Amino acid sequence: MFKRASQSEGHAVKLTVDGAPIVARQGDTVSAAMLAAGLGEPYRHTAVSGVARAPYCMMGVCFDCLVTIDGVGNRQGCLVPVQEGMVITRQKGKREIES
Amino acid sequence: MNDTLRTNEYDVAVIGGGLLGSSIAWGLGRIGQLTCVLDEGDMTKRASRANFALVWVQSKGLGLPEYTGWTVRASENWAKLSDEINHLTGIDVCHQRPGGFHLALSEKELEDRRLSLHRLHNQPGATDYKIEILGHDQVKKQLPHIGPDVVGGTYCPLDGHVNSLRYLRAIHTALKASGIDYRPEHKVSAIEYRNGEFRIVTEQGEIRAGKIVLAAGNANMTLAPMVGLDAPMAPTRGQIIVTERTIPFLDFPLTTIRQTDEGTVMIGDSREEFTDDAVQNLPINAVMADRARRMFPLLGNLNVVRTWSGIRVMPKDGFPIYDQSETCPGAFVACCHSGVTLAPNHAFDIAPMIAQGALDLDRVGAFSAKRFDTKSVQSSGYY
Repeated sequence: MFKRASQSEGHAVKLTVDGAPIVARQGDTVSAAMLAAGLGEPYRHTAVSGVARAPYCMMGVCFDCLVTIDGVGNRQGCLVPVQEGMVITRQKGKREIES
Repeated sequence: MNDTLRTNEYDVAVIGGGLLGSSIAWGLGRIGQLTCVLDEGDMTKRASRANFALVWVQSKGLGLPEYTGWTVRASENWAKLSDEINHLTGIDVCHQRPGGFHLALSEKELEDRRLSLHRLHNQPGATDYKIEILGHDQVKKQLPHIGPDVVGGTYCPLDGHVNSLRYLRAIHTALKASGIDYRPEHKVSAIEYRNGEFRIVTEQGEIRAGKIVLAAGNANMTLAPMVGLDAPMAPTRGQIIVTERTIPFLDFPLTTIRQTDEGTVMIGDSREEFTDDAVQNLPINAVMADRARRMFPLLGNLNVVRTWSGIRVMPKDGFPIYDQSETCPGAFVACCHSGVTLAPNHAFDIAPMIAQGALDLDRVGAFSAKRFDTKSVQSSGYY
């Protein structure tokens, strides 16, 4: 659904999302990288009603981009720049915390 | 209601629209009393939004055994209140009574707790109910996620919790549905008793009523003398930590940790005599967080969403005050710390007494403020 507007100059950055590798570009935010990789439908499910959602404002105020980054949950993916080797897991409903 | 047609004369005016005032007002409307609720506005302490949502029995009543029985009664009647409100408004306040725990992180804590409960149950006139003193392994059967630091705890099957913010919303919805006039921005500055009726001076004009109920929490201390009553209060500040929502892992409420129906974990609690609720004492939050994490190590993986402090409504000895005026018949005062727990008693017991014009002293006489004259008043140590 999302296409990159231009062939960006930024070099490739490799991440995994739910265990599967994707390639992002230097300068992407986590949310932008996931949307560019076709991972927006759905991006997450809400914590109380389980409704499917995707990032909306892309600027840190809507909280629909919540995602787990390197083990820390409920990060706003639109505010976090990608880094090599990041481990992203999508959130389905409430945070799961190991005992 | 159209403002120009709105009446300013009622059977009963309830001053204070928090958990207690609203529950009483709804109880009055339910039995046919023309009732209004005079509430302040947004810029006030609003203690009813700052509670821990427990419907709690264990450990209550040390120093006043009648309070134990009154609390047990409330615990028994909460389901009835919740059902009626749901039926009237369609709002489910998620009242649950699985029993509750108080956990100890040292042998001394457990022993102190055991001793305190022992004294409570040995009081003359004490209400008997089941309470269990458990070691680590026994607690773990019900609370599988406890950490190794938990030495044990106490469990009472009568304890529970509710979504108290939703209850406040529901009871306000019920007021409207019952034709009770809820009037915010009506702070009361004076009350006059003349010719058998009360004239209440509010910031938006005068209201008249045949009876009044002072249900203004800590502000009752200022209002009560206007009608020949006394309500000594000693508010304290408490702080709470609120986490993000997580999958249900805690099936029972604790005195200091509970998981809401939506998955949020709330962590408390503290007691300070400093009553500025616009600031936080971070070291206190750190201690609460540390204790919570020792009780449930997995909490260390959760993000904290916010912390807040609130001012408790607290009568001077920790026990409720229900009283009626002799110089101004028809004036009542009602305030307590446990506005959540005691809600059913306020709606189903106190409201009918007020409608009839007299408190039933056999049932609530022990809560008269006259007790402050005769006893040396000490804090119950509860909060």
